[in-house]
Amino acid sequence: MSYLPNFIFLILIIVGGGIFLRNILRIKRNINLGKAVDRSDKTALRWKQMLRIALGQSKMGSKPIAAILHLIVYVGFIIINIELLEIILDGLLGTHRLFAPYLGNLYHILIGTFEILALLVIVAVVVFWIRRNGIRIKRFWKAEMKGWPKLDADLILYFEVVLMMLFLSMNATDYLLQQQESHYIQAGSFPVSKFLRPLFEGFSFNSLLLLERSFWWAHITGILVFLNYLYYSKHLHILLAFPNTFFAKLVPNGKFEVDEHIKKEVLMMLYPDRVVSETSSAVPSKFGASDVFDLNWTQLMNAYSCTECGRCTEACPANRTGKKLSPRKIMMDTRDRLTEVGENLNKNKGVFQNDEKQLLHDYISAEELWACTSCNACVEVCPIAIDPLSIIMDMRQYLVMEQSAAPQLLNSMMSNIENNGAPWPFSNQDRLQWANEQLN
Amino acid sequence: MKLNVPTLASLKEQGQKPDVVFWVGCAGSFDDRAKKITKAFVKILNHTNTSFAVLGTEESCTGDPAKRAGNEFLFQMQALQNIETLNRYDVTKIVTTCPHCFNTLKNEYPELGGKYEVLHHTQFLKTLIKEGKLKVEGGTYKGKRITFHDPCYLGRANSVFEAPRDLIQKLDAELVEMKSCRAKGLCCGAGGAQMFKDAETGEKEINVERTAEAIETKAEIIAAACPFCTTMMTDGIKHHKQEERVKVMDVAELIANAKDL
Repeated sequence: MSYLPNFIFLILIIVGGGIFLRNILRIKRNINLGKAVDRSDKTALRWKQMLRIALGQSKMGSKPIAAILHLIVYVGFIIINIELLEIILDGLLGTHRLFAPYLGNLYHILIGTFEILALLVIVAVVVFWIRRNGIRIKRFWKAEMKGWPKLDADLILYFEVVLMMLFLSMNATDYLLQQQESHYIQAGSFPVSKFLRPLFEGFSFNSLLLLERSFWWAHITGILVFLNYLYYSKHLHILLAFPNTFFAKLVPNGKFEVDEHIKKEVLMMLYPDRVVSETSSAVPSKFGASDVFDLNWTQLMNAYSCTECGRCTEACPANRTGKKLSPRKIMMDTRDRLTEVGENLNKNKGVFQNDEKQLLHDYISAEELWACTSCNACVEVCPIAIDPLSIIMDMRQYLVMEQSAAPQLLNSMMSNIENNGAPWPFSNQDRLQWANEQLN
Repeated sequence: MKLNVPTLASLKEQGQKPDVVFWVGCAGSFDDRAKKITKAFVKILNHTNTSFAVLGTEESCTGDPAKRAGNEFLFQMQALQNIETLNRYDVTKIVTTCPHCFNTLKNEYPELGGKYEVLHHTQFLKTLIKEGKLKVEGGTYKGKRITFHDPCYLGRANSVFEAPRDLIQKLDAELVEMKSCRAKGLCCGAGGAQMFKDAETGEKEINVERTAEAIETKAEIIAAACPFCTTMMTDGIKHHKQEERVKVMDVAELIANAKDL
């Protein structure tokens, strides 16, 4: 009978952890629906990039207030999670404050630090909420943020406050228990939760014990729920920011991918006499991208990693001047479509059933794609190295090469290049005329 | 004074090879405003006795606008033909006044077999100064307020932020920055083949937004380093009816003027 709590805890961890694992595997499967692209090169440089951008948050600094607040929540959560180790072991072993006897004074310092961090996290989260809902910073209120994205953003903040409050309430009641019974484990220092004590004073030992246990259970359950909430949330970035920065492209922003299949075709066309040495691989079924299957896996991982902060959209010249294009929406649409495809796979035993839908038109309109100036502002500003531009370019490629659906003026430009080697209708014979013209 | 513009073909006939090829670009060859930049740059090349040549009628569009518009096939057709030409002349070093050509030649040609040292003209001019071949003093621009508009394909795309600024500093001018500059520079609106189409419906044109930032700096001159930016910024200034007060000029033009070339 006395092992019942341990057993319940074990079940809780197995179920919570199990669902999380299933979700992670589904995300991995969905990402792998993307086309292959080799990012196994320059491992040392990639580690460096990940440590700098994801762990070091080097790109957050451009917005100093957000950067500091974000850093507090980030450091707070990582460090407070040390406590999680004790909580899990306590739960499994039926102990209470297992580490206290081994760590001595350090334990006091640790618990005290966790409390201060918890308070800082609460303050930061409250400021975050005010920025979103009080000051209503513009990038949080763009068209694509209506509905679930808005609710998701707020829910994350509520989750974090509740978890921190549970942690502090647990400590406050624990301290009171320590005061009432000398055989109760005496450990920890409580610089923050002491201010919550008045709420619980006057309670009997048993009521306090019930409260303390309730907070403890609610806290660990809350963490497991939050962990599983990630799958549905933009908050996935806390995990995916790391692989996302690791596998991000290392070449200059201006270098767009050169299509190898097309290269073979063009070489054969221009120089039929030259033997193409490589065995010609299968011709792709389509050029460019009209659905998530046509994007590569890093682009799909980008979509799952996006936390919808909107810096890209704020920096986008097209969006700044009122056009429909929003790089953030490109990423959100890609994820939404990928989720839809994933659910289709779940329902149909892993075999995708045609749903008469695709990323292009059903999610992203041609108007959005054609508004891009390929200026790389969105890529540059992303705090975790997401590349919305590459998706835009792949989709343009589909529009032009598969559907000949470029705006009329671009068709003229392209036929000019084809016919006379310049985007304007000038004869190539006049290319050097400027050299003989009058000076100024 | 007449410009001395040798072509690679003419030099080859004489058994000569230039140190560097000047890739003029389509805008620099055909667009009236951009041609002035081309000429200004050649004046400096002539003044410094730089051994250079152009491809002339053998030059063709790099394929950049086709690629950014989504036509990878046409891009590669252009690229492979240009590479064939460049390799036939054993070209090793290219300088260009167009950041779009610069980016494409530097980043997208190597995989297609075109491996060259590619410089933007602001980088090249800086080298000329460093080597003592070009001496620049303020002259007409001494003390003038100049703001620099970062071309996307020079700055953000290739991290060249300082070369053009260093050149402006050499003019003893007062360099002032716009609200969005360097890696955060705001596009002029021409990139990604937008130059050749109408903008999508919105509240305003991008160049109007960008030139508003430039006007805010109270600069008398907007220095540019891209023929397309020059056009877009000039149009933007006209939109704001500031063309009497604010001039848009390429860095090469500023230097050529300062030297009275």
